[in-house]
Amino acid sequence: MKMLKQNPMVIGVGAVFSAFVLVSLLTGFEPGKAIGWNFLSFFTQMLKVLPCVFILIGLFDVWVKTETVEKHLGHDSGPLSYLWAVLLAGTTVGGLHVALPIAHALYTKRAKLGVVLAFLSAAGVCRVPMALFEASFLGWRFTCIRFAISLPLVILTSAGLAYYFEQRGYRLPDIEATGQRGRKNES
Amino acid sequence: MLILYVLTALLLGFSLLANPRKTKHALRVALRRFMKITPAFVVMLVLVAVILYLLPEHLMVRVLARESRWVAVASALGLGSVSIIPGFIAFPLCGILLDRGAQYMVLSAFSTTLMMVGVATFPLEKTYLGTTLALWRNGASFAIAVAVAIATGLFFGELW
Repeated sequence: MKMLKQNPMVIGVGAVFSAFVLVSLLTGFEPGKAIGWNFLSFFTQMLKVLPCVFILIGLFDVWVKTETVEKHLGHDSGPLSYLWAVLLAGTTVGGLHVALPIAHALYTKRAKLGVVLAFLSAAGVCRVPMALFEASFLGWRFTCIRFAISLPLVILTSAGLAYYFEQRGYRLPDIEATGQRGRKNES
Repeated sequence: MLILYVLTALLLGFSLLANPRKTKHALRVALRRFMKITPAFVVMLVLVAVILYLLPEHLMVRVLARESRWVAVASALGLGSVSIIPGFIAFPLCGILLDRGAQYMVLSAFSTTLMMVGVATFPLEKTYLGTTLALWRNGASFAIAVAVAIATGLFFGELW
């Protein structure tokens, strides 16, 4: 497990946490048990969504051409690219933890940084199922105001941040070079 | 949720039919990306589990339905940033808050930071975006939430 060796902090956190929960279970320490349950319930929720998300990302990685993404979301794409980012964000599920891997996959296909950031923040604002839910509890007026104010601001700040960072030659960390460019080149 | 499963299964099926080799490759990419990010996920889950315990719903209701509007807005911004609550729990919670007399601007501050600013997801975001950019994105999102809250207050006539 090379992965674990590279992450001493994770091992530390994991070990302390599991020891804490285990001791709590043995001694009947209620807060510890509650925290353990929280962990388990979120863990199972993740397991229900993440495998699908990563499989879809894998398929996206293999089937969608870099040129296609670059043309619509890349550096030479117009303001329309931000509209795509927001619409795409509207169709995602879950929260930031789902949007992040997708955003990174888009970036490796040469989407521009501004679009990637707009996608991330917009995924917080306007996911369709969530919007319906929000409106049914708080009213359409509330939801419309929230969207009307936050979406333009999201696009503005994303474009601004991207400009600032790209001026300095910033690149997102390379989580994993995509398959096609990796060592094990197929075919 | 079902849609997600059906969609994934359909696409995977099509992909298999079209090109089994490419599909195998896609699955390998999926697994590799997943393994790479697992450590950050574990840290995030631990944070979420602890935060959720420290900030139970009844505490949030008590803080957010307070009389003093600016204290309520400020705590809404703070609570929304640190906690992670799935939408299907968060919005009913907002509904309860509304019934208890919370103001719309408080709810908008809460729901916007809840969805856009992530202290608990920060370990994950840091891995994908890098620390500096992740900080900036969260900061910008927080500022947006403040603006949205003020605008909501304005539209619902809660500022005066």
